[in-house]
Amino acid sequence: MTPMQPQLITTPNLEAPDDFYEALIEAHQGLSTEESHAFNARLVLVLANHVGSLAVLREAFDAARAG
Amino acid sequence: MIDYQSLRFDYTRHADQDAAAPARHPVVVVGAGPVGLTLAIDLALRQIPVVLLDNDNSLSSGSRAICFAKRTLEVFDRLGCGDRMVDKGVSWNVGKVFFHDEQVYRFDLLPEPGHERPAFINLQQYYVEGYLVERAAALPLIDLRWNNKVTGIAQGDDGAVLTVETPEGEYRLQAGYVAACDGSRSNLRQMLGQEAKGRVFRDRFLIADITMDAQLPTERRFWFDPSFHPGQSVLLHKQADGMWRVDFQLGWDADPVEERKPERITPRVRALLDSIGFEGVQFQIGWASVYTFACQRMERFRHGRVLFAGDSAHGVSPFGARGANSGVQDADNLAWKLAAVLAGDAPDALLDSYASEREFAADENIRNSTRATDFITPKSEVSRLFRDAVLELTKRHAFARSLVNSGRLSVATVLRDSPLNTPDADPFAGAMVPGAAAADAPVRRADGSTGWLLRECHVARFTALVFGTGDAAERSLQALKSSDLALHVVRVEGTGTGADAELATQRYDAQPGTVYLLRPDQHVCARWRHPTAAKLRAALDHALAKA
Repeated sequence: MTPMQPQLITTPNLEAPDDFYEALIEAHQGLSTEESHAFNARLVLVLANHVGSLAVLREAFDAARAG
Repeated sequence: MIDYQSLRFDYTRHADQDAAAPARHPVVVVGAGPVGLTLAIDLALRQIPVVLLDNDNSLSSGSRAICFAKRTLEVFDRLGCGDRMVDKGVSWNVGKVFFHDEQVYRFDLLPEPGHERPAFINLQQYYVEGYLVERAAALPLIDLRWNNKVTGIAQGDDGAVLTVETPEGEYRLQAGYVAACDGSRSNLRQMLGQEAKGRVFRDRFLIADITMDAQLPTERRFWFDPSFHPGQSVLLHKQADGMWRVDFQLGWDADPVEERKPERITPRVRALLDSIGFEGVQFQIGWASVYTFACQRMERFRHGRVLFAGDSAHGVSPFGARGANSGVQDADNLAWKLAAVLAGDAPDALLDSYASEREFAADENIRNSTRATDFITPKSEVSRLFRDAVLELTKRHAFARSLVNSGRLSVATVLRDSPLNTPDADPFAGAMVPGAAAADAPVRRADGSTGWLLRECHVARFTALVFGTGDAAERSLQALKSSDLALHVVRVEGTGTGADAELATQRYDAQPGTVYLLRPDQHVCARWRHPTAAKLRAALDHALAKA
């Protein structure tokens, strides 16, 4: 039996959506636009490493592209 | 000591120039650089006479290619000149990457023991060419003609007629096959109306040979955005004779003529040396060049009787040392096939596999080289944003270090999908899949002496590695014997005569009786737990494109 390929979770999965969103915006507090872009880039890389699976990350790229 | 850079070779008139009709030769190799010389020597060792034409009468000017990979050294060993290269060159395995002035990443390209050769040596291209020329001179089957420039080609069904220009006028030559090893601006490619296509990178780099007396570890050092050269990258590498290679990224707007002047180079080198603790060290600037590069290849490496090898067929950025090294692998791949076809042991179709295997390899090299280049010289704002984000994160997070790409260095291409491979019928683990270049390992010979596995392989023929002892090994040997094939048999016994003997067994995931069939270029083409004579014969026919 082949193990199930991991899939991108697009159903609600955040344990505290409003708290997360507030924290995300707060994390950008005091940063210039340029600094925020750099922050976001580092954030993407950190999260990508956490996810690990290239297949899931590709699905995430598609989801983000589709908007 | 010979100064290979200033050596000049005499043009001599050849009887072919006075022949009434063009003289016919089985193979004419065009271009006596590292690739053409490797090919000519390899062919001569297989008893094929070769005419080797070079358009001038000197070796490489400047150090140019300096990093010669383990696989290339193993090819040079087979040709009988690896020891000289390694003795003269600077061996290294370790690379360090710096961001700003802080080390963020260190890699070891050969982290395991039990290999005869290091991951790399650094040696100026003129030494490599000089040693190959001297090796070629010892082989009577090689007819090396300096100042012989090919200016025309007409192909027919059974060969090609070349027009050759010399200091004493033109003559014509007939060739059964032509190997175009004539470099990135290949004349033969142009004459056949072909081109190499790909991506040109809008960036300029200053490359210079610096001679100085400085004690630094022999490792590759690469800086992103160092304080001594802000916003750009720098590479520092040691070569033979106390010479160092420096490579400064300059950006697209740099003036290539101005930047090559010593008064412009000196302050750049001074700033580099000062920043690494060599404030007082004096240096001299030798050869220098400002270059741009493209990652590109010809669509097909075979055009009738003409086979393209090395830079004529494909080009990469220098980050990864994939230019000269892949060219030598081209020659390594082509020589035994040409020899087999010319000897009547294989159909002409075998040469199609040269093209398909090396086109596949070129794609791999271009992919790696392009990725490194995109990291070193980001082509868009967002590309630079992510590049800098990776470098920032390396300071505190190990995962980011694996993303840092200052060049993924040349290793032999695994010819996984080669039409010459016989697919596995038995389960095997490990890296020695059909298509892989055979891994080296220490071996103990029957007389008790020790050696290296790759040295035991035959320089010209197919080799069968037979692992283990006992009944299973005896049955495999019997199958080899009754197959009646002209194979060179190497027994790898691994009977517990120390950890070394086990390494070969591990690397090949071998059990008693396991047999690997290696092509003359040492790539695995088939393997079995329990071979039969019929399977061996079928695999050999397959590897010669007979089936």
